[in-house]
Amino acid sequence: MQYSPVSMHIPDGFLSVTVGILFWIISIIVLAVALRKTGQSLAERQVPLMGVLAAAIFAGQMLNFSVTGGTSGHLLGAALATIVLGPWPAMLVMTAVVSVQALVFQDGGLIALGANLFNMAVVGVSVSYAVYSLVQRLARGKSWGLFGGGFVAAWTSIFIASLSCALQLALSGTSPADIAVPAMAVIHALIGIGEGLITGGALAFLFSARRDLVQAGEGKPGSSRGVVVGGLVISVLLVVLSPLASSHPDGLEWVAEEQGFLSRAQEAAYDLVPDYVMPGINNEAAATIAAGILGAAVVFGVVIAAMHLQKNGASAKID
Amino acid sequence: MLHRQDARVKLILTLAFLLVLGLAPTGAWPAYVLFAALVFSLETLSGVGWRYYFSRALVAVAFALAAVPLIFQPGGAQLASWHVAGIPVGIYSAGLERFLSIALKTWLAMQAALLLGVTTSFPSLLSAMRQLHLPKILVAVGGLMWRYLFLFEEEARRLMAARASRSASPGWSHQPSLIWRARVTGGMAGSLLLRSIERSERVYAAMLARGYNGELPLPPKQVLKKRDRWLLTAGVAVLGFLWLVSFVFGG
Repeated sequence: MQYSPVSMHIPDGFLSVTVGILFWIISIIVLAVALRKTGQSLAERQVPLMGVLAAAIFAGQMLNFSVTGGTSGHLLGAALATIVLGPWPAMLVMTAVVSVQALVFQDGGLIALGANLFNMAVVGVSVSYAVYSLVQRLARGKSWGLFGGGFVAAWTSIFIASLSCALQLALSGTSPADIAVPAMAVIHALIGIGEGLITGGALAFLFSARRDLVQAGEGKPGSSRGVVVGGLVISVLLVVLSPLASSHPDGLEWVAEEQGFLSRAQEAAYDLVPDYVMPGINNEAAATIAAGILGAAVVFGVVIAAMHLQKNGASAKID
Repeated sequence: MLHRQDARVKLILTLAFLLVLGLAPTGAWPAYVLFAALVFSLETLSGVGWRYYFSRALVAVAFALAAVPLIFQPGGAQLASWHVAGIPVGIYSAGLERFLSIALKTWLAMQAALLLGVTTSFPSLLSAMRQLHLPKILVAVGGLMWRYLFLFEEEARRLMAARASRSASPGWSHQPSLIWRARVTGGMAGSLLLRSIERSERVYAAMLARGYNGELPLPPKQVLKKRDRWLLTAGVAVLGFLWLVSFVFGG
Protein backbone atom coordinates (compact mmCIF):
# COMPACT_ATOMS: atom_id res chain seq x y z
CA MET A 1 0.00 0.00 0.00
CA GLN A 2 1.37 3.35 -0.96
CA TYR A 3 1.25 5.72 1.87
CA SER A 4 2.10 9.38 1.89
CA PRO A 5 2.96 10.71 5.33
CA VAL A 6 1.00 13.64 6.65
CA SER A 7 2.93 16.29 8.52
CA MET A 8 2.56 16.61 12.27
CA HIS A 9 3.49 13.01 13.15
CA ILE A 10 6.43 13.46 15.51
CA PRO A 11 9.05 10.71 15.08
CA ASP A 12 10.93 9.20 18.00
CA GLY A 13 14.01 11.08 19.08
CA PHE A 14 12.36 14.48 18.87
CA LEU A 15 10.60 14.44 22.18
CA SER A 16 12.44 14.18 25.44
CA VAL A 17 11.37 11.05 27.26
CA THR A 18 9.77 13.16 30.01
CA VAL A 19 7.52 14.96 27.55
CA GLY A 20 6.79 11.70 25.72
CA ILE A 21 5.70 9.92 28.89
CA LEU A 22 3.74 12.91 30.13
CA PHE A 23 1.64 12.97 26.98
CA TRP A 24 1.27 9.19 27.02
CA ILE A 25 -0.28 9.53 30.47
CA ILE A 26 -2.62 12.36 29.40
CA SER A 27 -3.72 10.48 26.29
CA ILE A 28 -4.31 7.25 28.19
CA ILE A 29 -6.50 9.03 30.72
CA VAL A 30 -8.59 10.74 28.04
CA LEU A 31 -8.88 7.52 26.03
CA ALA A 32 -9.97 5.62 29.11
CA VAL A 33 -12.82 8.09 29.51
CA ALA A 34 -13.62 7.80 25.80
CA LEU A 35 -13.72 4.00 26.07
CA ARG A 36 -16.08 4.14 29.02
CA LYS A 37 -18.39 6.65 27.37
CA THR A 38 -18.48 4.68 24.11
CA GLY A 39 -19.08 1.46 25.97
CA GLN A 40 -21.99 3.02 27.83
CA SER A 41 -23.77 4.71 25.00
CA LEU A 42 -23.33 2.58 21.93
CA ALA A 43 -22.68 -1.01 22.79
CA GLU A 44 -21.65 -3.60 20.25
CA ARG A 45 -23.11 -2.01 17.14
CA GLN A 46 -20.55 0.75 17.21
CA VAL A 47 -17.50 -1.50 17.01
CA PRO A 48 -17.84 -2.45 13.32
CA LEU A 49 -18.82 1.13 12.48
CA MET A 50 -15.73 2.54 14.18
CA GLY A 51 -13.42 -0.05 12.66
CA VAL A 52 -14.67 0.37 9.10
CA LEU A 53 -14.83 4.15 9.42
CA ALA A 54 -11.26 4.23 10.70
CA ALA A 55 -10.21 2.37 7.55
CA ALA A 56 -12.10 4.91 5.44
CA ILE A 57 -10.51 7.88 7.23
CA PHE A 58 -7.09 6.34 6.78
CA ALA A 59 -7.74 5.82 3.07
CA GLY A 60 -9.35 9.25 2.85
CA GLN A 61 -6.04 10.78 3.86
CA MET A 62 -4.78 9.73 0.43
CA LEU A 63 -7.30 11.96 -1.34
CA ASN A 64 -5.79 15.26 -2.35
CA PHE A 65 -6.27 18.13 -4.72
CA SER A 66 -3.61 20.29 -6.25
CA VAL A 67 -3.45 23.78 -4.80
CA THR A 68 -0.66 25.49 -6.64
CA GLY A 69 2.91 24.86 -7.68
CA GLY A 70 3.11 21.23 -6.64
CA THR A 71 1.57 21.66 -3.21
CA SER A 72 -1.64 19.88 -2.45
CA GLY A 73 -4.38 19.96 0.12
CA HIS A 74 -5.43 16.82 1.88
CA LEU A 75 -7.41 15.48 4.75
CA LEU A 76 -6.59 14.50 8.32
CA GLY A 77 -10.18 13.67 9.08
CA ALA A 78 -10.53 14.41 12.79
CA ALA A 79 -13.28 16.98 12.26
CA LEU A 80 -15.16 14.81 9.78
CA ALA A 81 -15.09 11.81 12.10
CA THR A 82 -16.23 14.00 14.99
CA ILE A 83 -19.21 15.43 13.14
CA VAL A 84 -20.38 12.06 11.85
CA LEU A 85 -19.70 9.94 14.95
CA GLY A 86 -19.71 12.30 17.92
CA PRO A 87 -16.62 13.11 19.97
CA TRP A 88 -15.91 9.99 22.01
CA PRO A 89 -16.10 7.38 19.24
CA ALA A 90 -14.20 9.80 16.96
CA MET A 91 -11.36 9.84 19.47
CA LEU A 92 -11.17 6.06 19.32
CA VAL A 93 -11.28 6.10 15.53
CA MET A 94 -8.48 8.64 15.32
CA THR A 95 -6.54 6.64 17.90
CA ALA A 96 -6.78 3.57 15.70
CA VAL A 97 -5.71 5.56 12.64
CA VAL A 98 -2.73 7.25 14.29
CA SER A 99 -1.61 4.05 16.05
CA VAL A 100 -1.65 1.99 12.86
CA GLN A 101 0.28 4.74 11.11
CA ALA A 102 2.92 4.51 13.82
CA LEU A 103 3.01 0.72 14.18
CA VAL A 104 2.74 -0.38 10.57
CA PHE A 105 3.83 2.58 8.46
CA GLN A 106 6.33 4.04 10.94
CA ASP A 107 4.80 7.47 10.51
CA GLY A 108 5.35 8.93 13.94
CA GLY A 109 7.33 7.31 16.73
CA LEU A 110 6.19 4.93 19.45
CA ILE A 111 7.49 6.89 22.43
CA ALA A 112 6.10 9.96 20.67
CA LEU A 113 2.80 8.14 19.98
CA GLY A 114 1.31 9.50 23.20
CA ALA A 115 1.97 13.05 22.03
CA ASN A 116 0.76 12.31 18.51
CA LEU A 117 -2.43 10.80 19.89
CA PHE A 118 -2.85 13.86 22.05
CA ASN A 119 -2.48 16.21 19.08
CA MET A 120 -4.58 14.36 16.54
CA ALA A 121 -7.07 12.31 18.55
CA VAL A 122 -7.58 14.37 21.71
CA VAL A 123 -6.94 17.96 20.59
CA GLY A 124 -8.10 17.43 17.02
CA VAL A 125 -11.41 15.88 18.03
CA SER A 126 -12.27 17.95 21.09
CA VAL A 127 -11.44 21.25 19.42
CA SER A 128 -13.45 20.44 16.32
CA TYR A 129 -16.35 19.30 18.45
CA ALA A 130 -16.29 22.46 20.55
CA VAL A 131 -16.08 24.77 17.53
CA TYR A 132 -18.70 22.81 15.61
CA SER A 133 -21.13 22.92 18.52
CA LEU A 134 -20.65 26.67 18.90
CA VAL A 135 -21.27 27.38 15.22
CA GLN A 136 -24.32 25.09 15.29
CA ARG A 137 -25.70 27.08 18.17
CA LEU A 138 -25.13 30.34 16.31
CA ALA A 139 -26.69 29.01 13.12
CA ARG A 140 -29.79 27.72 14.92
CA GLY A 141 -30.26 24.70 12.68
CA LYS A 142 -29.82 26.50 9.36
CA SER A 143 -27.87 24.53 6.83
CA TRP A 144 -24.97 27.00 6.60
CA GLY A 145 -24.20 26.00 10.17
CA LEU A 146 -23.36 22.53 8.96
CA PHE A 147 -20.95 23.50 6.18
CA GLY A 148 -19.60 26.65 7.83
CA GLY A 149 -19.28 24.80 11.11
CA GLY A 150 -17.50 21.94 9.39
CA PHE A 151 -15.05 24.27 7.68
CA VAL A 152 -14.25 26.29 10.80
CA ALA A 153 -14.04 23.19 12.98
CA ALA A 154 -11.65 21.47 10.59
CA TRP A 155 -9.44 24.55 10.20
CA THR A 156 -9.30 25.21 13.93
CA SER A 157 -8.56 21.60 14.80
CA ILE A 158 -5.56 21.53 12.45
CA PHE A 159 -4.30 24.89 13.60
CA ILE A 160 -4.58 24.19 17.33
CA ALA A 161 -3.12 20.69 16.95
CA SER A 162 -0.09 22.18 15.18
CA LEU A 163 0.40 24.66 18.02
CA SER A 164 0.31 21.78 20.47
CA CYS A 165 2.86 19.92 18.37
CA ALA A 166 5.18 22.94 18.23
CA LEU A 167 4.96 23.44 21.99
CA GLN A 168 5.79 19.78 22.60
CA LEU A 169 8.89 20.15 20.47
CA ALA A 170 9.87 23.35 22.24
CA LEU A 171 9.23 21.78 25.64
CA SER A 172 11.58 18.95 24.71
CA GLY A 173 14.27 21.44 23.80
CA THR A 174 14.32 20.13 20.23
CA SER A 175 13.17 23.21 18.43
CA PRO A 176 13.24 26.72 19.85
CA ALA A 177 9.75 28.08 20.45
CA ASP A 178 10.39 31.40 18.74
CA ILE A 179 10.92 29.53 15.46
CA ALA A 180 8.86 26.37 15.85
CA VAL A 181 5.61 28.01 16.91
CA PRO A 182 5.31 30.65 14.16
CA ALA A 183 6.55 28.22 11.50
CA MET A 184 4.09 25.47 12.45
CA ALA A 185 1.28 28.00 12.86
CA VAL A 186 1.77 29.57 9.43
CA ILE A 187 2.16 26.24 7.60
CA HIS A 188 -0.86 24.70 9.26
CA ALA A 189 -3.02 27.79 8.89
CA LEU A 190 -2.67 27.06 5.16
CA ILE A 191 -2.98 23.27 5.44
CA GLY A 192 -6.07 23.85 7.56
CA ILE A 193 -7.81 25.64 4.69
CA GLY A 194 -7.51 22.50 2.55
CA GLU A 195 -8.78 20.40 5.43
CA GLY A 196 -11.68 22.79 5.96
CA LEU A 197 -12.68 22.85 2.29
CA ILE A 198 -12.60 19.06 1.97
CA THR A 199 -14.52 18.63 5.21
CA GLY A 200 -17.13 21.13 4.05
CA GLY A 201 -17.41 19.36 0.69
CA ALA A 202 -17.75 15.99 2.36
CA LEU A 203 -20.49 17.30 4.62
CA ALA A 204 -22.31 18.80 1.63
CA PHE A 205 -22.20 15.41 -0.03
CA LEU A 206 -23.43 13.60 3.07
CA PHE A 207 -26.10 16.26 3.57
CA SER A 208 -27.60 15.56 0.17
CA ALA A 209 -27.10 11.80 0.26
CA ARG A 210 -27.88 10.81 3.85
CA ARG A 211 -29.17 13.80 5.77
CA ASP A 212 -29.86 11.72 8.86
CA LEU A 213 -26.16 10.96 9.36
CA VAL A 214 -24.97 14.52 9.71
CA GLN A 215 -28.01 15.66 11.59
CA ALA A 216 -27.75 12.88 14.10
CA GLY A 217 -24.26 14.25 14.77
CA GLU A 218 -25.58 17.66 15.60
CA GLY A 219 -28.45 16.32 17.61
CA LYS A 220 -26.23 14.63 20.16
CA PRO A 221 -24.11 17.36 21.69
CA GLY A 222 -26.00 17.54 24.99
CA SER A 223 -24.32 14.46 26.39
CA SER A 224 -20.80 15.70 25.73
CA ARG A 225 -20.71 19.13 27.27
CA GLY A 226 -17.46 18.13 28.90
CA VAL A 227 -15.81 17.78 25.50
CA VAL A 228 -17.06 21.21 24.44
CA VAL A 229 -15.58 22.79 27.53
CA GLY A 230 -12.40 20.74 27.22
CA GLY A 231 -11.97 21.66 23.57
CA LEU A 232 -12.51 25.34 24.27
CA VAL A 233 -10.10 25.32 27.19
CA ILE A 234 -7.44 23.59 25.07
CA SER A 235 -7.94 26.08 22.23
CA VAL A 236 -7.79 29.17 24.43
CA LEU A 237 -4.85 27.83 26.42
CA LEU A 238 -2.80 27.01 23.35
CA VAL A 239 -3.67 30.21 21.52
CA VAL A 240 -2.63 32.27 24.55
CA LEU A 241 0.35 30.13 25.45
CA SER A 242 1.93 29.91 22.01
CA PRO A 243 2.68 33.59 21.40
CA LEU A 244 3.85 33.85 25.00
CA ALA A 245 6.17 30.91 24.51
CA SER A 246 7.53 32.19 21.24
CA SER A 247 8.18 35.67 22.58
CA HIS A 248 9.92 34.24 25.64
CA PRO A 249 11.71 31.20 24.27
CA ASP A 250 14.11 31.27 27.19
CA GLY A 251 11.27 30.59 29.59
CA LEU A 252 10.28 27.43 27.82
CA GLU A 253 13.86 26.38 27.46
CA TRP A 254 14.27 26.85 31.15
CA VAL A 255 11.36 24.49 31.67
CA ALA A 256 12.90 22.08 29.20
CA GLU A 257 16.16 22.08 31.07
CA GLU A 258 14.73 22.12 34.54
CA GLN A 259 12.00 19.66 33.78
CA GLY A 260 11.89 17.63 36.84
CA PHE A 261 12.99 14.27 37.82
CA LEU A 262 14.34 12.65 34.74
CA SER A 263 17.25 14.98 34.22
CA ARG A 264 18.03 14.72 37.88
CA ALA A 265 17.68 10.96 37.77
CA GLN A 266 20.16 10.99 34.94
CA GLU A 267 22.65 12.86 37.05
CA ALA A 268 22.10 10.43 39.89
CA ALA A 269 22.76 7.50 37.62
CA TYR A 270 25.92 9.20 36.54
CA ASP A 271 27.03 9.72 40.12
CA LEU A 272 26.70 6.02 40.84
CA VAL A 273 29.74 5.49 38.69
CA PRO A 274 31.54 8.77 39.26
CA ASP A 275 35.00 8.07 37.95
CA TYR A 276 34.13 5.27 35.71
CA VAL A 277 36.90 4.23 33.39
CA MET A 278 37.27 1.10 31.43
CA PRO A 279 39.81 -1.08 33.20
CA GLY A 280 43.29 0.26 32.59
CA ILE A 281 42.07 3.17 30.52
CA ASN A 282 41.75 6.55 32.14
CA ASN A 283 41.81 8.73 29.10
CA GLU A 284 38.52 9.83 27.67
CA ALA A 285 39.56 9.51 24.07
CA ALA A 286 41.01 6.09 24.67
CA ALA A 287 37.83 5.00 26.42
CA THR A 288 35.82 6.23 23.47
CA ILE A 289 37.98 4.30 21.08
CA ALA A 290 37.70 1.22 23.28
CA ALA A 291 33.94 1.48 23.23
CA GLY A 292 34.02 1.86 19.48
CA ILE A 293 36.11 -1.26 19.15
CA LEU A 294 33.77 -3.06 21.52
CA GLY A 295 30.82 -1.98 19.39
CA ALA A 296 32.50 -3.14 16.23
CA ALA A 297 33.28 -6.46 17.88
CA VAL A 298 29.67 -6.86 18.95
CA VAL A 299 28.43 -6.17 15.42
CA PHE A 300 30.96 -8.54 13.97
CA GLY A 301 30.10 -11.29 16.44
CA VAL A 302 26.37 -10.97 15.96
CA VAL A 303 26.63 -10.86 12.19
CA ILE A 304 28.75 -14.01 12.19
CA ALA A 305 26.32 -15.69 14.55
CA ALA A 306 23.38 -14.55 12.42
CA MET A 307 24.91 -15.93 9.23
CA HIS A 308 25.64 -19.17 11.01
CA LEU A 309 22.09 -19.46 12.28
CA GLN A 310 20.64 -18.61 8.93
CA LYS A 311 22.77 -21.20 7.23
CA ASN A 312 21.60 -23.77 9.76
CA GLY A 313 18.01 -22.68 9.32
CA ALA A 314 18.30 -22.96 5.56
CA SER A 315 19.79 -26.43 5.72
CA ALA A 316 17.17 -27.47 8.26
CA LYS A 317 14.49 -26.40 5.80
CA ILE A 318 16.09 -28.44 3.05
CA ASP A 319 16.14 -31.47 5.32
CA MET B 1 14.61 -15.89 12.35
CA LEU B 2 13.16 -12.78 14.00
CA HIS B 3 9.82 -13.35 12.33
CA ARG B 4 9.18 -16.43 14.41
CA GLN B 5 9.64 -14.82 17.82
CA ASP B 6 6.67 -14.06 20.04
CA ALA B 7 5.10 -10.72 19.10
CA ARG B 8 4.77 -9.73 22.77
CA VAL B 9 8.50 -10.08 23.30
CA LYS B 10 9.26 -8.07 20.18
CA LEU B 11 6.80 -5.33 21.08
CA ILE B 12 8.10 -4.96 24.63
CA LEU B 13 11.74 -5.03 23.62
CA THR B 14 11.18 -2.49 20.85
CA LEU B 15 9.47 -0.12 23.26
CA ALA B 16 12.24 -0.64 25.82
CA PHE B 17 14.87 0.00 23.17
CA LEU B 18 13.20 3.23 22.11
CA LEU B 19 12.93 4.31 25.73
CA VAL B 20 16.60 3.66 26.45
CA LEU B 21 17.62 5.33 23.20
CA GLY B 22 15.45 8.31 24.07
CA LEU B 23 17.02 8.56 27.51
CA ALA B 24 20.58 8.51 26.16
CA PRO B 25 22.03 11.98 26.72
CA THR B 26 23.19 14.27 23.97
CA GLY B 27 26.61 13.51 22.57
CA ALA B 28 26.99 10.01 24.03
CA TRP B 29 28.66 8.93 20.78
CA PRO B 30 30.19 5.65 21.98
CA ALA B 31 26.78 4.58 23.27
CA TYR B 32 25.21 5.52 19.94
CA VAL B 33 27.71 3.23 18.26
CA LEU B 34 26.48 0.37 20.44
CA PHE B 35 22.83 1.22 19.75
CA ALA B 36 23.61 1.22 16.05
CA ALA B 37 25.48 -2.06 16.41
CA LEU B 38 22.46 -3.66 18.02
CA VAL B 39 20.05 -2.35 15.39
CA PHE B 40 22.29 -3.27 12.45
CA SER B 41 22.86 -6.79 13.71
CA LEU B 42 19.14 -7.35 14.21
CA GLU B 43 18.56 -6.03 10.71
CA THR B 44 20.99 -8.63 9.43
CA LEU B 45 19.08 -11.28 11.35
CA SER B 46 15.76 -10.13 9.92
CA GLY B 47 16.88 -11.15 6.45
CA VAL B 48 15.74 -7.90 4.81
CA GLY B 49 18.44 -5.85 3.15
CA TRP B 50 20.01 -2.96 5.05
CA ARG B 51 19.26 -0.65 2.20
CA TYR B 52 15.55 -0.95 2.89
CA TYR B 53 15.95 0.11 6.51
CA PHE B 54 18.45 2.87 5.80
CA SER B 55 16.42 4.52 3.09
CA ARG B 56 13.06 4.16 4.79
CA ALA B 57 14.50 5.55 8.02
CA LEU B 58 15.80 8.65 6.25
CA VAL B 59 12.20 9.78 5.80
CA ALA B 60 12.00 10.54 9.50
CA VAL B 61 15.23 12.46 9.41
CA ALA B 62 13.51 14.93 7.11
CA PHE B 63 11.62 15.94 10.24
CA ALA B 64 15.00 17.02 11.59
CA LEU B 65 14.43 20.33 9.83
CA ALA B 66 12.49 21.26 12.95
CA ALA B 67 15.71 20.93 14.97
CA VAL B 68 17.99 22.84 12.60
CA PRO B 69 17.57 26.17 14.45
CA LEU B 70 19.36 24.58 17.41
CA ILE B 71 22.63 24.89 15.52
CA PHE B 72 22.45 28.66 15.63
CA GLN B 73 21.73 28.90 19.32
CA PRO B 74 24.64 30.38 21.25
CA GLY B 75 26.35 27.89 23.53
CA GLY B 76 29.72 26.20 23.56
CA ALA B 77 32.45 27.12 21.13
CA GLN B 78 31.63 29.14 18.06
CA LEU B 79 32.52 27.10 15.02
CA ALA B 80 31.70 29.53 12.26
CA SER B 81 30.10 32.89 11.85
CA TRP B 82 28.97 35.18 9.08
CA HIS B 83 26.60 38.02 8.49
CA VAL B 84 23.23 37.68 6.87
CA ALA B 85 21.74 41.06 6.01
CA GLY B 86 23.87 42.66 8.66
CA ILE B 87 22.84 40.25 11.41
CA PRO B 88 25.62 38.08 12.78
CA VAL B 89 24.86 34.37 12.51
CA GLY B 90 27.02 31.74 14.09
CA ILE B 91 27.21 27.99 14.34
CA TYR B 92 27.89 26.75 17.86
CA SER B 93 29.30 23.45 19.01
CA ALA B 94 26.71 22.72 21.71
CA GLY B 95 23.81 23.21 19.34
CA LEU B 96 25.48 21.26 16.57
CA GLU B 97 26.13 18.36 18.91
CA ARG B 98 22.52 18.39 20.01
CA PHE B 99 21.25 18.53 16.46
CA LEU B 100 23.44 15.66 15.30
CA SER B 101 22.41 13.59 18.32
CA ILE B 102 18.74 14.16 17.58
CA ALA B 103 19.10 13.31 13.92
CA LEU B 104 21.06 10.15 14.68
CA LYS B 105 18.67 9.03 17.41
CA THR B 106 15.70 9.59 15.13
CA TRP B 107 17.31 7.57 12.40
CA LEU B 108 18.04 4.68 14.78
CA ALA B 109 14.61 4.83 16.42
CA MET B 110 12.96 4.72 13.03
CA GLN B 111 14.96 1.62 12.14
CA ALA B 112 13.93 -0.09 15.35
CA ALA B 113 10.28 0.63 14.59
CA LEU B 114 10.78 -0.62 11.03
CA LEU B 115 12.28 -3.82 12.39
CA LEU B 116 9.18 -4.43 14.46
CA GLY B 117 6.95 -3.68 11.49
CA VAL B 118 8.91 -5.86 9.09
CA THR B 119 9.20 -8.91 11.33
CA THR B 120 5.73 -8.85 12.89
CA SER B 121 2.41 -9.05 11.12
CA PHE B 122 -0.20 -6.60 12.32
CA PRO B 123 -2.73 -9.27 13.35
CA SER B 124 -0.14 -10.95 15.56
CA LEU B 125 0.76 -7.53 16.98
CA LEU B 126 -2.92 -6.99 17.75
CA SER B 127 -3.28 -10.29 19.55
CA ALA B 128 -0.09 -9.49 21.44
CA MET B 129 -1.62 -6.19 22.53
CA ARG B 130 -4.79 -7.95 23.62
CA GLN B 131 -2.74 -10.42 25.65
CA LEU B 132 -0.91 -7.50 27.21
CA HIS B 133 -4.33 -6.30 28.38
CA LEU B 134 -5.00 -3.41 26.06
CA PRO B 135 -8.71 -2.49 26.06
CA LYS B 136 -10.90 -4.86 24.08
CA ILE B 137 -12.71 -2.19 22.09
CA LEU B 138 -9.51 -0.55 20.90
CA VAL B 139 -8.04 -3.85 19.75
CA ALA B 140 -11.30 -4.78 18.03
CA VAL B 141 -11.47 -1.42 16.23
CA GLY B 142 -7.83 -1.78 15.20
CA GLY B 143 -8.45 -5.30 13.90
CA LEU B 144 -11.51 -4.38 11.89
CA MET B 145 -9.74 -1.34 10.56
CA TRP B 146 -6.85 -3.46 9.36
CA ARG B 147 -9.24 -5.86 7.67
CA TYR B 148 -10.88 -3.13 5.59
CA LEU B 149 -7.95 -0.77 5.15
CA PHE B 150 -6.73 -2.16 1.85
CA LEU B 151 -10.24 -2.35 0.49
CA PHE B 152 -10.76 1.34 1.11
CA GLU B 153 -7.34 2.17 -0.14
CA GLU B 154 -8.36 0.69 -3.49
CA GLU B 155 -11.68 2.46 -3.26
CA ALA B 156 -9.88 5.79 -2.79
CA ARG B 157 -7.59 4.96 -5.67
CA ARG B 158 -10.58 4.26 -7.91
CA LEU B 159 -12.18 7.55 -6.89
CA MET B 160 -9.00 9.41 -7.81
CA ALA B 161 -8.68 7.57 -11.11
CA ALA B 162 -12.29 8.45 -11.90
CA ARG B 163 -11.67 12.10 -11.09
CA ALA B 164 -8.53 12.15 -13.19
CA SER B 165 -10.30 10.61 -16.18
CA ARG B 166 -13.18 13.05 -16.17
CA SER B 167 -10.95 16.06 -15.54
CA ALA B 168 -9.37 16.40 -18.95
CA SER B 169 -8.90 20.13 -19.19
CA PRO B 170 -9.01 22.02 -22.49
CA GLY B 171 -6.08 24.18 -21.41
CA TRP B 172 -4.93 26.76 -18.90
CA SER B 173 -7.67 29.16 -19.90
CA HIS B 174 -10.40 27.17 -18.29
CA GLN B 175 -9.15 25.92 -14.96
CA PRO B 176 -11.87 25.56 -12.36
CA SER B 177 -11.52 27.45 -9.13
CA LEU B 178 -9.71 26.17 -6.08
CA ILE B 179 -12.90 26.02 -4.07
CA TRP B 180 -14.52 23.90 -6.75
CA ARG B 181 -11.59 21.50 -6.80
CA ALA B 182 -11.66 21.23 -3.03
CA ARG B 183 -15.39 20.57 -3.08
CA VAL B 184 -14.95 17.76 -5.56
CA THR B 185 -12.34 16.20 -3.30
CA GLY B 186 -14.68 16.72 -0.38
CA GLY B 187 -17.39 14.90 -2.28
CA MET B 188 -14.99 12.03 -2.78
CA ALA B 189 -14.17 11.94 0.93
CA GLY B 190 -17.87 12.07 1.70
CA SER B 191 -18.71 9.20 -0.60
CA LEU B 192 -15.84 7.19 0.83
CA LEU B 193 -17.27 7.81 4.28
CA LEU B 194 -20.78 6.94 3.19
CA ARG B 195 -19.64 3.70 1.57
CA SER B 196 -17.79 2.83 4.75
CA ILE B 197 -20.85 3.46 6.89
CA GLU B 198 -23.03 1.35 4.63
CA ARG B 199 -20.42 -1.36 4.55
CA SER B 200 -20.22 -1.32 8.32
CA GLU B 201 -23.95 -1.94 8.47
CA ARG B 202 -23.57 -4.98 6.25
CA VAL B 203 -20.56 -6.13 8.25
CA TYR B 204 -22.52 -5.78 11.45
CA ALA B 205 -25.40 -7.81 10.04
CA ALA B 206 -22.96 -10.47 8.90
CA MET B 207 -21.31 -10.51 12.30
CA LEU B 208 -24.68 -10.90 14.01
CA ALA B 209 -25.52 -13.75 11.68
CA ARG B 210 -22.34 -15.47 12.79
CA GLY B 211 -23.16 -15.15 16.45
CA TYR B 212 -21.48 -11.86 17.37
CA ASN B 213 -22.36 -10.89 20.93
CA GLY B 214 -20.16 -7.85 21.46
CA GLU B 215 -16.89 -9.73 21.66
CA LEU B 216 -14.57 -10.55 18.84
CA PRO B 217 -13.09 -14.03 18.91
CA LEU B 218 -9.40 -13.95 19.70
CA PRO B 219 -6.74 -16.61 19.49
CA PRO B 220 -6.45 -18.53 22.74
CA LYS B 221 -4.28 -16.94 25.37
CA GLN B 222 -0.81 -18.36 25.37
CA VAL B 223 1.65 -18.35 28.19
CA LEU B 224 5.11 -17.13 27.25
CA LYS B 225 7.32 -20.07 26.51
CA LYS B 226 10.46 -20.57 28.51
CA ARG B 227 12.53 -19.67 25.48
CA ASP B 228 10.62 -16.42 25.03
CA ARG B 229 11.11 -15.52 28.67
CA TRP B 230 14.83 -16.06 28.29
CA LEU B 231 14.86 -13.90 25.21
CA LEU B 232 12.98 -11.18 27.04
CA THR B 233 15.37 -11.31 29.99
CA ALA B 234 18.41 -11.26 27.76
CA GLY B 235 17.01 -8.36 25.77
CA VAL B 236 16.28 -6.34 28.87
CA ALA B 237 19.77 -7.08 30.19
CA VAL B 238 21.37 -5.87 26.98
CA LEU B 239 19.27 -2.73 27.05
CA GLY B 240 20.15 -2.15 30.69
CA PHE B 241 23.81 -2.39 29.77
CA LEU B 242 23.30 0.08 26.93
CA TRP B 243 21.54 2.42 29.33
CA LEU B 244 24.51 2.36 31.69
CA VAL B 245 26.98 2.87 28.87
CA SER B 246 25.05 5.80 27.51
CA PHE B 247 25.33 7.62 30.84
CA VAL B 248 28.93 6.77 31.42
CA PHE B 249 29.91 8.30 28.11
CA GLY B 250 27.32 10.99 27.80
CA GLY B 251 27.36 12.59 31.25
